[in-house]
Amino acid sequence: MDTILFVAFPYIAVILAVGFGIYRNVRNRFTFSSLSSQLLENRQLFWGSVPWHYGITLLLLAHLIPWIIPGAARYVLSDPVRLVILELIGLALSLFTAFGLIVLIIRRLPGNSRAHAVTSWMDGVLLFLLAVQTFSGIGVALFDRWGSLWFLSSIVPWLWSLVRLQPDITPVIALPAFIQFHVLIGFLLILLFPFSRLIHIFTIPLGYLRRPYQVVIWYRDPRRRNEGQVITYGKQPLE
Amino acid sequence: MNVRCQVSMVFHLDKCIGCHTCSLACKNLWTSRQGTEYMWWNNVETKPGTGYPTLYEDQEEYHGGWEVKDGELKLKLNTRSKELLNLGFNTRLPSLDDYYEPWTYKYDELTNSPLQQIQPIATPVSLVTGKEMEIEAGPNWDDCLSGSPIYAANDPNLRSIADEERRQLFEMERVVYFYLPRICNHCMNPSCVAACPAGAIYKRGEDGIVLVSQEKCMGWRMCVSGCPYKKVYFNWSTGKAEKCILCYPRLETQQAPACMHSCVGRIRYLGMLLYDADRIEQAAKSPDHELVQAQRDIILDPFDPQVIREARENGVEDKVIESAQKSPVYAYVKRWKLALPLHPEFRTLPMLFYVPPLLPVTGSMNDGIYESSRDFFSSLENARLPIRYMASLFTAGDEEMIKAVYRKMMAVRVYKRAQTVGDIPEGEAAEALERGGTTPEEIDDIYRLTSLAGFDERFVIPPFSREAAVELVHLTHTPAESSGMGFIHAPERGL
Ligand code: SF4
Ligand code: SF4
Repeated sequence: MDTILFVAFPYIAVILAVGFGIYRNVRNRFTFSSLSSQLLENRQLFWGSVPWHYGITLLLLAHLIPWIIPGAARYVLSDPVRLVILELIGLALSLFTAFGLIVLIIRRLPGNSRAHAVTSWMDGVLLFLLAVQTFSGIGVALFDRWGSLWFLSSIVPWLWSLVRLQPDITPVIALPAFIQFHVLIGFLLILLFPFSRLIHIFTIPLGYLRRPYQVVIWYRDPRRRNEGQVITYGKQPLE
Repeated sequence: MNVRCQVSMVFHLDKCIGCHTCSLACKNLWTSRQGTEYMWWNNVETKPGTGYPTLYEDQEEYHGGWEVKDGELKLKLNTRSKELLNLGFNTRLPSLDDYYEPWTYKYDELTNSPLQQIQPIATPVSLVTGKEMEIEAGPNWDDCLSGSPIYAANDPNLRSIADEERRQLFEMERVVYFYLPRICNHCMNPSCVAACPAGAIYKRGEDGIVLVSQEKCMGWRMCVSGCPYKKVYFNWSTGKAEKCILCYPRLETQQAPACMHSCVGRIRYLGMLLYDADRIEQAAKSPDHELVQAQRDIILDPFDPQVIREARENGVEDKVIESAQKSPVYAYVKRWKLALPLHPEFRTLPMLFYVPPLLPVTGSMNDGIYESSRDFFSSLENARLPIRYMASLFTAGDEEMIKAVYRKMMAVRVYKRAQTVGDIPEGEAAEALERGGTTPEEIDDIYRLTSLAGFDERFVIPPFSREAAVELVHLTHTPAESSGMGFIHAPERGL
């Protein structure tokens, strides 16, 4: 059972997410969107979206960075003062995030605002799972103290063992069931990425910081045409 | 020089009767789908008035367009990095209430009503939520001033005129207004394009039409804020931005855009302009009062041999150059300098131009007898709409420039009246000519194109041959999915 949950399931989740994500990107890009409902309702959205997005981004980074560079994380956390401070910041952040999420959920409830008109069943599933995940996260932070430390010695080695394709679940099965639950919901959310609006996270347009302001598209670039180039367009080059 | 060409339009405002035929033609063709009900790619607003969406001209509020900061042209909206930080909540987005909530009626309540003493009433229901609603605003809520000075008094352009003038404007006996049809300006320096983080909006090189790629658009909504004319709309159903496409599928098949085609007042002129793309930034950076002139300067003379040579070198086809020479837009904008861009101070270098309205001859009521004013061509100082107001619309506040336009238009009126009716005192026509800085020949040309021109003179585009162009680069037997246009899947909202 543990093997199914902590080996098979994470692999399936990631493979499905990547696979279907690519498929959707290639075949049905029209469905990619932040699916914003700001036009329909923007007052409640401010109190929901702002804390939620900033909060969850920082929290996710706090999960990701120690996973990617455990050495540095271990060094930073080796000092008890720093550990306490970071844990407190984390807790405050998660409360901030949870506040945003609650506002977002209330906003989507029927009869509360026009935003309900553009709420799909998947949005409902997602809001529910995100709420479960956020609150279980807060629970973990409160009841299984010093998560930033034990994370390094349990979750991180397990994740890396998955990455290396030599799954070793001993560190995770030793964890309390509550934490395991948080981990599994996490992978369930990963699985849902390409099937829900979560996909918009992968379209954050960082390229915007660098591109020129104006975008001009030529059917055939006139400047290059003069250089006598072979025109290639679409799939078939001109013969 | 980097010669590009652009399809451009002129609106002769004196001829607009405010019938909204253009808006409806556009709506029926493009925006009758769910999520687009509130979009008016073409709208006609009453001026003075607050426009659509309400108060869109107030860039203190919306931060649309560009500004010059430390000698650099910057988006007024935000820096790029701040824009990315605002993806989750766009602080400058109008809400649906700044447009209106679209609705329909429960018509069956009329047909199924039982016999009763009072007329049955059809209840309005929201097209967004499907619930019953109170109608609080609608398209053209302030049409023809809406019988009240409330809307017009909030017009941001009135800030520039004196209180006294403003009071007079709304005196019942003097009340005056005109119509301003607006579509996307397909700007030379579009701020919607610049504001789009996803890079989904682009200007077509061949004809300058600004389009939103529906596949690349991620619904970040920055274009809506970035466009100072609020001519990009957010489709609340699909989560994509949409805007006027200048009916490019029609243009490519030699048909006029729907708004122009249906225009009752025949106020619209469409033609090609050649311009120098290398000088766009420089022109957009000019001081406020030089903007109009700077834009005129980079619109190139299609008869100039050097321009023709450079245009050819740049791949502009001969048939395009030819049609640019016959362009009615070129005549109004550059040759006669009669047509002006709307709000040049937004610095997007809009490529639609307006001939400002001279407005009808003033009349007055005396003891119940209507008398039209003797002074047909009232002096500019007595203009029914303050010059300063018009300047704030069309010349970034430069009164001299708009006066020059008016003097020439008056010259046309006086000269033509002298010619055809002959009741203008000796010498007055010659004086008007001189004041307008024009010649009898020019006046005849202006008169012809303004009043007599048939459709073929008002609508001049080269024979586009996009299909032929496709055949040049595509083997015609390519499988259906790898060439051509359109969606593989129905364009529906994703999960
Ligand atoms: S008027 Fe049109 S081209 Fe210009 S900024 Fe607005 S949407 Fe873009
Ligand atoms: S159809 Fe022509 S005359 Fe009528 S409102 Fe539109 S622009 Fe004006």
